[in-house]
Amino acid sequence: MEYYLSLFVRAVFIDNMALTFFLGMCTFIAISKKISTAVGLGIAVVVVLGITVPVNNLIYQHLLREGALSWAGYPEADLSFLGYLSYIGVIAALVQILEMFLDKYVPALYNALGVFLPLITVNCAILGASLFMVERDYTFAESAVFGLGAGVGWMLAITALAGVREKLKYSDVPEGLRGLGITFISVGLISLCFMSFGGIDL
Amino acid sequence: MASSKEVLFNPILDNNPIALQVLGICSALAVTVSMANTLVMCAAVTAVTAFSSLFISMLRNHMPSSIRIIVQMTIIASLVIVVDQLLQAYAFAISKTLSVFVGLIITNCIVLGRAEGFAMQNPPGLSFLDGIGNGLGYSALLVTVALIREPLGAGTLMGYEILPTVNNGGWYVPNGLMLLAPSAFFIIGLLIWALRSWKREQVESADFEIADNIQYREAL
Repeated sequence: MEYYLSLFVRAVFIDNMALTFFLGMCTFIAISKKISTAVGLGIAVVVVLGITVPVNNLIYQHLLREGALSWAGYPEADLSFLGYLSYIGVIAALVQILEMFLDKYVPALYNALGVFLPLITVNCAILGASLFMVERDYTFAESAVFGLGAGVGWMLAITALAGVREKLKYSDVPEGLRGLGITFISVGLISLCFMSFGGIDL
Repeated sequence: MASSKEVLFNPILDNNPIALQVLGICSALAVTVSMANTLVMCAAVTAVTAFSSLFISMLRNHMPSSIRIIVQMTIIASLVIVVDQLLQAYAFAISKTLSVFVGLIITNCIVLGRAEGFAMQNPPGLSFLDGIGNGLGYSALLVTVALIREPLGAGTLMGYEILPTVNNGGWYVPNGLMLLAPSAFFIIGLLIWALRSWKREQVESADFEIADNIQYREAL
């Protein structure tokens, strides 16, 4: 249990998806002008990451990795080169299913998250988490915890940035730095703050 | 119809994919710690963008628009698999240090952005050039960032020592911050500032204007 808690805290603070690995930056910069939309997108990312990483883990463990197909009678098959294509396909399909499911059964949540779901398919944080899962060779339980942790960390980062940017728009920024430039500098400062979590060890 | 020269060279300074279109930032920041990795990454992104634009443009009249994203993703993912396998075969060490970032070219917004924004409306030849142009624009910014980060952070460039560090009996004390995440954000922010001070038409308009100071007496 303690191990999973430590993995979760690591994924949220120390190995933060957005601020340490620069994943999901495009959406991170583009959709962080208002706190309310940032939180909505953040929740959508948590949900999608929490589902896709474990599912991709199952696919990797039981279909793609070397020797994984021995249950079907092909012990020497190694399909890991098909990884990218399968992960992105799984992500796109799951996001689509999630969107249809929410539309049918949880309309309130659909109205809040609906616009963000298609955007998330091409968010590098989602694919990135699946690739990290493969690279670090997580088990199913580890990958579920890692997926949730990575999502929460990303949400925390985008909410913090949106908070900063909401205040920032009233300030007198030098001309060339306006908009994108000052946003990058703010992200740099937030990322510097997150580095102070580096010493946490559970 | 834009001339092919414009299509090829505009993205480098006037319409830079990173500095103006806010596309493809993720990998731009992560791989720029060393010059060798940066060059490999630039070549990979340029190749994928160019060929995906070419193929998508060839297929543009045969794709039903409802499934176009899936078709585009499949083309892009297949190209990335090819690039990844080539890197693993011929540059294994670099492919290990780039780790997940080669795979992440699939979700690099530049590739999909150019496919959706340019290749779907233009003939194959022009789309190919547009892909190369945007790849070069991406490369130009990445190489600049790497040129700042590697020498200041480690005293080397492409692995050769150019600023002799204190540890090796030289005079330069390496700035460790340059190798960490925040410096990448600062450097890109400052580069955007520099680019926009030079090309003034790229400056964004402010959300609010600061009013001039009104003297107390006049305000009354």
